[in-house]
Amino acid sequence: MSENKEIEIMQSVYDKNDEVAAQINASLTKDGIYAINVMGAPGAGKTSSLIQIIKRLENITPYVIEGDIEADFDTKTLQSLGVKAIQINTNGACHLDSPLIGDAVNKLGLSNGVLFIENIGNLVCPAEFVIGEHAKMLISQVTEGSDKPYKYPLAFEKADIILLNKCDLLPYIDFDEDFFMKGVRALNKTAPVIKISCKTGQGLDEVAAWIMEKVK
Amino acid sequence: MHEYPITKRIIEVAQEYAVKNGAKEVKQINLVVGDYSGYVASSIELYFDIIAEGSLCWHAKLNIERVQPKLKCSKCGELFVRKPFSFECPFCGGEGGPTDIGQEFYIKSIEV
Repeated sequence: MSENKEIEIMQSVYDKNDEVAAQINASLTKDGIYAINVMGAPGAGKTSSLIQIIKRLENITPYVIEGDIEADFDTKTLQSLGVKAIQINTNGACHLDSPLIGDAVNKLGLSNGVLFIENIGNLVCPAEFVIGEHAKMLISQVTEGSDKPYKYPLAFEKADIILLNKCDLLPYIDFDEDFFMKGVRALNKTAPVIKISCKTGQGLDEVAAWIMEKVK
Repeated sequence: MHEYPITKRIIEVAQEYAVKNGAKEVKQINLVVGDYSGYVASSIELYFDIIAEGSLCWHAKLNIERVQPKLKCSKCGELFVRKPFSFECPFCGGEGGPTDIGQEFYIKSIEV
């Protein structure tokens, strides 16, 4: 019986995904595209926020890649508003990964503008995978409760900008803003946190301004 | 669901290194998985036997070293494991910030 031989590997299991993501990022940058990975729980208002943000972008072409497990309602809504959008259905998978984005980017044909990649509604897995984005936008909502940074820390840690949606409902619910912000700041010292409402329009000009500044 | 493709990737990498080293069989795979990596060690184990069938890793033993996430206190610099719903440092009461400890996910080595 021969003895076991140990071979050192020390290789990240994410390596393939990260490699493709880096290629996508380089090619998007070359084409003048600023890509934003939009993350949030199901029903957080990701598509509604995108529609409101896109309306406020001045002289910037918006593109959207919609990630959903099934169906294409959101893509149809965006297309009916004249936005160049494409649907990815993962048929069960809980997050988008970079090979999926690579295919969609090739199909969309992008040049000079901002690409929103709406990830699968999920506060967990999307934060773990880079998909070629320049920034991560997290959409949280007051109806989720103020404990979300404590329960889903990675999404808050990785975000470059955090939107707190449905703020028009604040008078009717028990949302502890101080507790929420304390959790966010423990994890993330720099991301701006913007209170928004897709109903009243609160905060959305500020979000659009943040994006326009990045795209410039 | 989420662990299936990643388990496939683990087996691919292990096979690649085994072939490179002229080995006919992978006997053990040593994996490091942080609890914040988003992967559940027991799910990886579950898929492993199914995916490895017929490969060089078929009869390999999967050793998973789990890593508990730690925060670093911004005041005293100590590393600590957080309590639920809190980021408070148990040593000085300061506030802990995230570190890479607990986010690991890599293949450390294989034995052939």
